Amino acid sequence: MSDFEPRIVAFFCNWCTYGAADLAGVSRLDYPPNFRVVRLPCTGRLNPKFIMEAFKRGADGVWVSGCHPGDCHYIAGNYHARRKFVLMHQLLESIGVEPDRLRFSWISSAEANKFQAMARDVVEHVKACGPNTTFRKEDLKLGLAEVA
Amino acid sequence: MQAALDLANAGYYVYMVEKSLAIGGRMSQLDKTFPTNDCSMCIISPKLVEVGRHINIELLTLTDILSITGSEGNFTVNVRKNPRYIDMSKCIACGECTKKCPRKVDNAYNENLDKRKAIYVQYAQAVPLKYGIDASECMYLTKKKCGSCKKVCPADAINYDDKPEDASFKVGSVVLAPGFAPFKPSEFETYRYDTKDVITALEFERYLGATGPTMGEVVRPSDGAHPHKMAFLQCVGSRDINRADNGYCSSVCCMYAIKEALIAKEHSGGKLDVTIFYMDIRTFGKDFERYYEKAKAAGIKFVRSRVHTVKPEPPAGVKIGYVSDGGVSAEEFFDLAVLSHGLVITPETKEMSANLGIQTDGYNFARTSTFSPVALSRPGFYACGVYTGPKDIPTSVMEASAAAAAATSKLTPARSTLTKVINIPAPVDVTGEPPRVGVFVCRCGINIASVIDVEKVVEFAKTLPFVEYAAVTMFACSQDSQEKIVSLIKEFRLNRIVVSACSPRTHEPLFQETLAAAGLNKYLYEMANIRNHDSWVHANNPAEATRKAMDMTEMAVAKAALLVPLKENVIDVDPTALVIGGGVAGLNAAMSLSSQGFKSVVVEKDDKIGGQANRILSTVKGENVAKYIEGLKAKIADDPNISLALQAEVDSVEGYVGNFETTLSNGDKVKHGVTIIATGAKEYKPTEYLYGQNPQVVTQLELDELLKANDPKAIDSNTFVFIQCVGSREPGRMYCSKVCCAHTVHAAVELKKLKPEARIFVLYRDIRTYAQKEDLYKEARGLGVIFVRYSIDDKPKVTESGGKLAVQILDPVSGRKLLINPDLVVLAAAIVSGRENELAMKYKVPLDEDGWFFEAHQKLRPVDFATDGMFLAGLAHYPKPMDEVIAQAQAAAARAVTVLTQPKMTVGGIVAEINQTKCSGCGVCVSVCPFSAISLDEKGKSVVNEAMCKGCGNCASSCRSDAPSLRGFTNAGLFAQIASAL
Repeated sequence: MSDFEPRIVAFFCNWCTYGAADLAGVSRLDYPPNFRVVRLPCTGRLNPKFIMEAFKRGADGVWVSGCHPGDCHYIAGNYHARRKFVLMHQLLESIGVEPDRLRFSWISSAEANKFQAMARDVVEHVKACGPNTTFRKEDLKLGLAEVA
Repeated sequence: MQAALDLANAGYYVYMVEKSLAIGGRMSQLDKTFPTNDCSMCIISPKLVEVGRHINIELLTLTDILSITGSEGNFTVNVRKNPRYIDMSKCIACGECTKKCPRKVDNAYNENLDKRKAIYVQYAQAVPLKYGIDASECMYLTKKKCGSCKKVCPADAINYDDKPEDASFKVGSVVLAPGFAPFKPSEFETYRYDTKDVITALEFERYLGATGPTMGEVVRPSDGAHPHKMAFLQCVGSRDINRADNGYCSSVCCMYAIKEALIAKEHSGGKLDVTIFYMDIRTFGKDFERYYEKAKAAGIKFVRSRVHTVKPEPPAGVKIGYVSDGGVSAEEFFDLAVLSHGLVITPETKEMSANLGIQTDGYNFARTSTFSPVALSRPGFYACGVYTGPKDIPTSVMEASAAAAAATSKLTPARSTLTKVINIPAPVDVTGEPPRVGVFVCRCGINIASVIDVEKVVEFAKTLPFVEYAAVTMFACSQDSQEKIVSLIKEFRLNRIVVSACSPRTHEPLFQETLAAAGLNKYLYEMANIRNHDSWVHANNPAEATRKAMDMTEMAVAKAALLVPLKENVIDVDPTALVIGGGVAGLNAAMSLSSQGFKSVVVEKDDKIGGQANRILSTVKGENVAKYIEGLKAKIADDPNISLALQAEVDSVEGYVGNFETTLSNGDKVKHGVTIIATGAKEYKPTEYLYGQNPQVVTQLELDELLKANDPKAIDSNTFVFIQCVGSREPGRMYCSKVCCAHTVHAAVELKKLKPEARIFVLYRDIRTYAQKEDLYKEARGLGVIFVRYSIDDKPKVTESGGKLAVQILDPVSGRKLLINPDLVVLAAAIVSGRENELAMKYKVPLDEDGWFFEAHQKLRPVDFATDGMFLAGLAHYPKPMDEVIAQAQAAAARAVTVLTQPKMTVGGIVAEINQTKCSGCGVCVSVCPFSAISLDEKGKSVVNEAMCKGCGNCASSCRSDAPSLRGFTNAGLFAQIASAL
């Protein structure tokens, strides 16, 4: 399993974690290239269906990251996200998805180092879970052509 | 920045002169801000970007003021622009120059704790994000050697022949905001700042900062070990006339020390032992007292003592010698000592004041009066921030908006005569056309192309559905590339654009302008961040980086293909304000609005205006308040722009920003574009200390009234006992009422002047005469006023026998009980909020747990509510002295003007919409919307008010039937992104 490279979908809020990822770039902090970022205005925009969709499409892990409590650009979006996330996490766990496949974090736009450390940690944990087979038996690559 | 933004948004052209490379000031150096522990950079950077991009703010960096001639309304400003040695129009901030520069220099941004290069940006998020060369350090400029930056610069931006350039321009008003420098403890050997393990608070702030020298790791400088035990020494360079000669209190150090202590403790997982040595803890602002309590609960020790000796203990740490509260000498070892240094005016600022003819006080702060808190002595000059006295960020921001209001009060005829507008061609309607996506993959010089195979990305992009055109550009953001994109959009009839380059956070607005210039709706744009999120972080893995860039481009194309043009609608703005509350705050807001030409209706529930100020004798600067109120009343009566509704309250409210309609209890209906809440507060009616039982026990305001009336009850008394914190800083009211200490000390001084033989005792917990008010405290002690401290666990006891009052208190210095027989006991009763729950509900604005109205952001939006078009001022926000009330009122007016000045407002764009056929009217979206932008209509279905929606998408992700959708971030678009990510 050591050469398994997981594919991870990340949902970042525009104001904090996306900014941290930008700053990590400016500071040239390297991290594994395993995840693809979907930029959201706020983690509050995260519909639990997005997480399901990512897993259904074959993602091995999902990472959601937003502003620290109290820092939300939209006052309380991250609190709403946290509630949804907790329920989602429990739901996934109950249907047999390893808890490590799904991660939630708070990273402010100044915390490039924390971003780097978290990125490494997320990839490492998902890697340890192995390929996601709960939702799909085969590893299918679905492209734009099928949804368009 | 706030002053510039408010001015520019109110229709004035602004020159912003900054002497360093970039704007941002001291706040950009802070890690977190108290009392919310918000990340400083996160909250300041949107402001930086807004200033940097504002079409009506001309940013002059590296610029010095030579002179300002002329008079109010017609000044000529002569400036010198110092060379940057970088062509700002060419620099793409790639950082190649810095990488190659061999010259290392102390990094002032990190308080010289690490090194930067001679060619540098001040900090990573700096605006303008353009490099500059430090001429005194650059090897080429000093010795004509090196030149490596010129060789590596991919944009040919280096210009070693750059020269200073003088310029002049005409302005109507001048706002001065030169800020402060932290006090340098090296001037006094007592602090042993020469010792490695003695550092300043700003240095410690940089250690805590994620972008600091240790990236947020707290270390002991001498050996890099984690400290186990650290101390903060308060009042370094403040409240000290012995050596530092700064008699004033720096106002912010108690709070920042508590903040740094809490964060350091957090970094250490709670293990760090922290002691704060202080004289008085001055946590007087909104939510500050709770922060102090939180620190105590977290185990931070507070020792009341001014440290007398700091002794280095080689190889690491220091011994601190102090005398404890009980008079016992003690010595304690600490790994690290942090000096909480005060704020001082720099010699350059002092010189500037002299050159510009600005009067200053003995501490070099610019002089202002209570009633015109942001106006300087020279007509036409205004100020904000620490230039007029030590203060925190929210107070500085309030003053900034106030300065914007005051600076334009006489310039109204010139409004919107010099401002520029962006001309956009009429957009082409592409609705219904199949997507024709154009993809531009940026090389960013070598920043992207050295890692990612951009040609391969382009070839891949060409295979994606709907892509009509794909090409590589050298610098997508350069002027020539922009023009080329415009012509390609037209040539290939492209109707969706994807740029694979850098961050949308910095560059999306630029490319959106490009689309608009080509006649495309600016929302038909998507960006793939293949630089910051890819080439810069995966430089060691070009193959994976290229694959990632392809995926990212595919994701962007997938989303772009589903984008639709978004409409921005225009709504009318009623240019009238409703001001609720006819006290000093409300009246000043109305007068400030009137001076800008806007009408307002002031609603007052009492039968007269003036509010609590009617009861106050004089300000702490000695100004007569009654005379001021009389003047105000006369001005208001003569002002055709202000109408008063006395003995009236708000009955019901409809509408939103630009179009409110409020019905008053007297039946009047008022149409208004903005609302200013200035409902004030009241004095607490004490139940303690025999108040209400013995007539010789009165409150502070009652004393003022007695003195105003020359009542013998006050005038003929000889022994006075003032008791502080009556009803404040206690469970149930865990806040400081902020004004009482200065008020008491001022009253004591006045009484002593009136009757030198009077015996005056002030019983206090901490004396909080912050900023220059500390001088009053000193004066009172000089006049023989006796200050006795008490603790909350052992409050003074007031008893009565045969009508004679007796006060008992334990003197903590002598350890003995004092018995005083006063003629008058004056209670510094708390200021309590009106708990205006109903009003808050009507306007959909929040109250905090103490009943104060809750602003949009405690640091940077102190007079705005989160709901657009709603503003607040005065004691309704939190207790504060009159100068701060007036500044906040003017600030509220300035913020209101930014709305009222536009006859039409643009709303829409990235906002939510509701598919009413799916809506079941359950109300979830209504309850999750942080901006009260959603309501149920008469059919019981949700509707979004586009004027209030900020586009967070909480509604879209919370609805069980997918009725709301966030434009620009639709489910379909996001699902397409997810699918193509995998």
